[in-house]
Amino acid sequence: MAWGLLLTIIVFIGVVGYVLGSARAKKQSASVAEKPHSRAHYHGWWVFLLAVLPTLLFMAAWSAGSYAYVDRAISERMPEQTADSAIASRSLALGMVRNLATGLRRIEGDPAFAEVPKSFEALRPVLAERGVALASDTQDYMIPIALDLNAMQDNAALIGTVIAILLSLGGAFLGLRSVRPRGRARNNVERIITWGLLAASTIAILTTVGIVFSMLFETIHFFRSVSLSNFFFGTVWDPRFAAAGAEAQEGQFGLIPLLAGTVYIAFVAMLFAVPVGLMAAIYMAEYASKRVRSVVKPLLEVLAGIPTIVYGFFALVTVGPFLRDMSAAIAGGPGFIQAQSVLTAGLVMGIMLIPFVSSLSDDIITAVPRAMRDGSLGLGATRSETIKRVILPAALPGIVGALLLTASRAIGETMIVVLAAGVAANLTLNPFEAMTTITVKIVNQLTGDLEFTSPQTLVAFALGMTLFVLTLGMNVFALYIVRKYREQYE
Amino acid sequence: MNMLTDAAVEEALDASQKPRPLKMRGENVRVFYGEKQALFDVNLDVLENQVTALIGPSGCGKSTFLRCLNRMNDTIDICRIEGRITLDEQDIYDPRIDVVELRARVGMVFQKPNPFPKSIYENIAYGPRIHGLASKKAEFDEIVESSLQKAGLFNEVKDRLHEPGTGLSGGQQQRLCIARAIAVSPEVILMDEPCSALDPIATAKVEELIDELRENYTIVIVTHSMQQAARVSQRTAMFHLGNLVEEGPTDKMFTNPDDKRTQDYITGRFG
Ligand SMILES: Nc1ncnc2c1ncn2[C@@H]1O[C@H](COP(=O)(O)OP(=O)(O)OP(=O)(O)O)[C@@H](O)[C@H]1O
Ligand SMILES: [Mg+2]
Repeated sequence: MAWGLLLTIIVFIGVVGYVLGSARAKKQSASVAEKPHSRAHYHGWWVFLLAVLPTLLFMAAWSAGSYAYVDRAISERMPEQTADSAIASRSLALGMVRNLATGLRRIEGDPAFAEVPKSFEALRPVLAERGVALASDTQDYMIPIALDLNAMQDNAALIGTVIAILLSLGGAFLGLRSVRPRGRARNNVERIITWGLLAASTIAILTTVGIVFSMLFETIHFFRSVSLSNFFFGTVWDPRFAAAGAEAQEGQFGLIPLLAGTVYIAFVAMLFAVPVGLMAAIYMAEYASKRVRSVVKPLLEVLAGIPTIVYGFFALVTVGPFLRDMSAAIAGGPGFIQAQSVLTAGLVMGIMLIPFVSSLSDDIITAVPRAMRDGSLGLGATRSETIKRVILPAALPGIVGALLLTASRAIGETMIVVLAAGVAANLTLNPFEAMTTITVKIVNQLTGDLEFTSPQTLVAFALGMTLFVLTLGMNVFALYIVRKYREQYE
Repeated sequence: MNMLTDAAVEEALDASQKPRPLKMRGENVRVFYGEKQALFDVNLDVLENQVTALIGPSGCGKSTFLRCLNRMNDTIDICRIEGRITLDEQDIYDPRIDVVELRARVGMVFQKPNPFPKSIYENIAYGPRIHGLASKKAEFDEIVESSLQKAGLFNEVKDRLHEPGTGLSGGQQQRLCIARAIAVSPEVILMDEPCSALDPIATAKVEELIDELRENYTIVIVTHSMQQAARVSQRTAMFHLGNLVEEGPTDKMFTNPDDKRTQDYITGRFG
């Protein structure tokens, strides 16, 4: 039976349990004098949860278990792996069998194929017709094994389904039996909700930890073949996609040009975004009427929702060529601004960052108590004097925090720089030339079809780790500052 | 310092001899917050070098009237004001009047002490800096010291002038705010329940201070405390539901009011 249908059935049992459970609780509370502990719908929910939750857990466990079981059974039936086996590795052979089994599902129950072709030669065109491509070295002996595999899976699924339904019914029954006027259904439900929320928040954290560890291992791997000083202090980025066999040539993995490019482009971006964003925030927080604010603020925030690839595209086809042509017109010869340059990338990234700066700063400026404004205005200060001398100083720590958060976004930004900054790992101070960033190089190193264990690929993880540590540090620092600032007014 | 006390003595002598001149006057003041009318045709005189107390139950429009006197209501978008308010016979809502100058002449102290998150020194120097009242450090030093002296705070803070003003106690903060207002040498000081966040001792200090300030400034104070109004003010105005019920010398208001509502309010029967 399909999982979807099974799920529907179980939820249905749960819903019926809910209805019966709450009805039962209502009836009890009507007939018993004492005040019920929990309201009726809590009893209903408790029945529902008993019917559904353990069953879901069981289903997850069962499918994992049955997969492992079938795998082992199949593996036992495969011929011994020897040096002259047709297939190089056992796991590859197992993969072929699985693939074959999935393909065979397509002709299951088709009367024309009551008898499954015995040979791969005969089977291949039949499955190809149904959109299943088989590996060309699939062996004949795998066909019966694949058929068995399907049969075993069917069996396991059937047993699992029966147990699941029984479990669900049992849970609902247990829940219904436990409905009592003084039963603590509310506490039970609350506890499960708490666990559910806890689980949700742990998933995000655990995933992050997982990502960090996987990066960490690959990074350590990388540093086995490339020295720390080559990476962190090298000024030349030349990973040299060496042809296989030319191992003598070790590339140079200098981080410095990439880091410089990253910081330089982020700096140019902040140079554009901070003044514009701050002024927009001041306008919205202090000058705009309610009506203007209610239009402008959401509009600015829409900018934040534009995918960065669109900005990158804008930089590539519009801003870059425009700057190049303009510089050519000024110089009267070849332009001094390249189409892909630090300036182009920084400018467009700055535009992207404006809404972040303005929205965060706006919140912080608005949080400065009205009493501060009144105090200053009451002394005869003008609005702009009040902003300059009282509000901005009071909001400064918060704004610095917001700017750090924005800067860490600028440093981690990828799509804009991939398209607008270029891939040349230059070390230059000229903003009109192309530079490249850590993120661009990560993309570059991972999108080749290189071996996954070569330092040319592994360097991406070292770069990623560096970037992660960099932005994490900035975020932590920013949060620390923002929090410290909050304490002033609360 | 000597000069100041001399001036004060002179003025006090002056004042005892002739009738007090009019400092501010409200004529048919009507205030609307959006559609809602908060003040109805209020006519009130504020006399020079006197403390005028505004009393009345919560929500009756005392703060609203007070904030009209230095146009702080301009900062509220939905607020609309009709009628005429004069300072030294000049209409303060006249378009030719610059609101910044007006607020320098009519200062304000708020209900909750609101020192800026700056040092004590900078809190006081703030106003003079904005209005260009001083340019050299020595001049600022003098303004800061004399303002703190007048607010009776100097001795308590003289060793910590460069520590944050927010680090002071509530009562000290309120006196700092008064000193801050004095520093721009206003003619009128408006105070909206200046003691409501203070303990009795701090309150007594502020009240004492108000009494002293009267010699040099004209003061309008909103208060919920009848005792305070009786102690510090020479004239009292009673508001009720946006109307001015009656006004007159404080002695008379507290002993023999004309209006029954005043009588009831003062004796604590409502509000
Ligand atoms: N910013 C505002 N927007 C709308 N209505 C306001 C505003 N400020 C005051 N009001 C209304 O105007 C009326 C008078 O308010 P006001 O603050 O002057 O009262 P008050 O006498 O100072 O009261 P309290 O003694 O409680 O301070 C009240 O009904 C109040 O709801
Ligand atoms: Mg008030």
